[in-house]
Amino acid sequence: MSARPPSRIVLATVATPEAPPAGAAASGPPAAGPSAVAEAASGALPGPGSATPLAPAPLWPEADEPSPAAALASPQRTAGPMDSAEPAPPQPLAVTLEAAALDRLMPMCLVLDRRGVIAHVGPTLAKLLPAGCPGQPLAGMASFRRPYAATTPEEILRSGGRVTLAFGAELPPLRGQAVPLGGGGVLLNLTLGLSVVEEIERRDLAPGDFAHTDLTVELLYMVEAKSAILREGQRLNARLAEAKKAAEVQALTDTLTGLANRRAMEQTLDELLKLGAGFGLLQLDLDFFKQVNDTLGHAAGDHVLQTVGALLRGFTRPGDTVARTGGDEFLLILPGTTDPAQLRAVGERLVEGISHPIDYDGQFCRVAASVGATATAFYDRPDADRMLSDADEALYASKRSGRSQVSLWHPDL
Amino acid sequence: MHGLVNCAIQGFVTDTCGQPAWDRVTRTSGTGFARFEVMELYDDHVTARLLGAVERVLGKPLSRILEDIGSWLVASGRPGTVRRLLRFGGEGFEEFLHSLGDLPGRTRLAVEGFDLPLIEVTEVEPHSFRIQLTGTRGFGHVLFGLLHAMADDYGALAVIDQADPVPGGEVLAVRVFQSNYSSGRDFRLGQGRT
Repeated sequence: MSARPPSRIVLATVATPEAPPAGAAASGPPAAGPSAVAEAASGALPGPGSATPLAPAPLWPEADEPSPAAALASPQRTAGPMDSAEPAPPQPLAVTLEAAALDRLMPMCLVLDRRGVIAHVGPTLAKLLPAGCPGQPLAGMASFRRPYAATTPEEILRSGGRVTLAFGAELPPLRGQAVPLGGGGVLLNLTLGLSVVEEIERRDLAPGDFAHTDLTVELLYMVEAKSAILREGQRLNARLAEAKKAAEVQALTDTLTGLANRRAMEQTLDELLKLGAGFGLLQLDLDFFKQVNDTLGHAAGDHVLQTVGALLRGFTRPGDTVARTGGDEFLLILPGTTDPAQLRAVGERLVEGISHPIDYDGQFCRVAASVGATATAFYDRPDADRMLSDADEALYASKRSGRSQVSLWHPDL
Repeated sequence: MHGLVNCAIQGFVTDTCGQPAWDRVTRTSGTGFARFEVMELYDDHVTARLLGAVERVLGKPLSRILEDIGSWLVASGRPGTVRRLLRFGGEGFEEFLHSLGDLPGRTRLAVEGFDLPLIEVTEVEPHSFRIQLTGTRGFGHVLFGLLHAMADDYGALAVIDQADPVPGGEVLAVRVFQSNYSSGRDFRLGQGRT
């Protein structure tokens, strides 16, 4: 048996009811829909629908029986006087397929005769194209992007048979492989490629529209599975972002009162100083708070703190920072309030508000407030630590002077 | 175990018995988790403890719970991803059964780290299937419930039995009487994307 690899495959008879009797190799199939497309590996066409191996052609010496292997020989080789010494080449095996079998293997096949007229359309391709294609010249309904502007079978087969065929606006371009057929025709096996993902829904294609060996269904499965996972990932990200935001807020909030905590206050102070913004700073301590805790319990104490917190927020503007910086210590940052008189007025209002007894479960809790204040305007170069320490000094001045009052910091304190 | 497993248990308990039941399960399990993330990886003992807690809280034997989970995976509408991905296996129920052998490979492609046990399917006689699982105990129960639900989904009339186990494995026997007994549920290839 020859060790030569097959140089060309195939042969197919696309058998349809109206196929004319098989003629010589050179003649092409008739123009009408039915087509007998047969490869003349040996030169003789089998009848339509025939499944028998080809009779040996004049080109090859007779063999006793056809070779069982699908070995093929180049049809160009002609027997010559020297050849009679070599072993007989294997008989080419005719691979004859019913149209239905071809359709199962290549549901998107397209068969053209040597004039470029459509002889057969696979069932899935038929779903994508307008009806009545067989019998029409392909050039009338589609153009080749690759090989560019090809029209004849020879041109189509130019770049190793790789083709891209565009049918118009309704369909994405189809990629494919073209192979020559006997009689000068072409068989194209086409695919939607990745466009299948979109087209599948538009055309309501089902798994049965693809060859069993085709990976389209696997591809669609992967697309769907990965999309689900991606969606889940996006949901997780959103949850994490929320949780992060909540954690950040929590890190800057005093849990009991909902006011800013010391860290938040320090951040705000630094930001404002960096911006060079003018602001007033008030430090406020509650007087007699310990007594409330001792006589009425911690629940009462908590309630007092929450009430004071709400009060302070109520008396300030949205842009102001109200922070709880210690057990019964509060700090307020008031952007824009740098005038001493204004500062004092705010402080006194707060002191007055806190002087009213706070009702806890029928019991009255009496606390008072002492305030120490300073402002950026009091300094050439305002500094956070300096201002905090000065406000503290002013606060102590208020306490020493009898509490329930506001003291403004000045250098002689 | 992949988070998908623990989330399936969470989804099943929450859907069928409510959030309070799930809270009881997580408390009883003592794993420290109140909820699970689909894309996380957890220690195997977490799943084992979770299932033990489900058993106690629901008062049903574990095998029954696993079957119900298998069923729920397919039948629950939330969001129906598992059911759709399984339907890719075949246009009809018998084709689907043939495809079960590929299921572990397919899921591994889709979700790295999610390893199903080895599944081998043989059509021992026409319409009579033998499904052998090798590797994880308990998955056979899940598959049992899942196959029942898939038969309904396809509209097939089938009998599914748990056959005698083999060493290291579980065996299911499926006899399909009619592939198109009822209309089943609709499935189109293109509808899974949102």
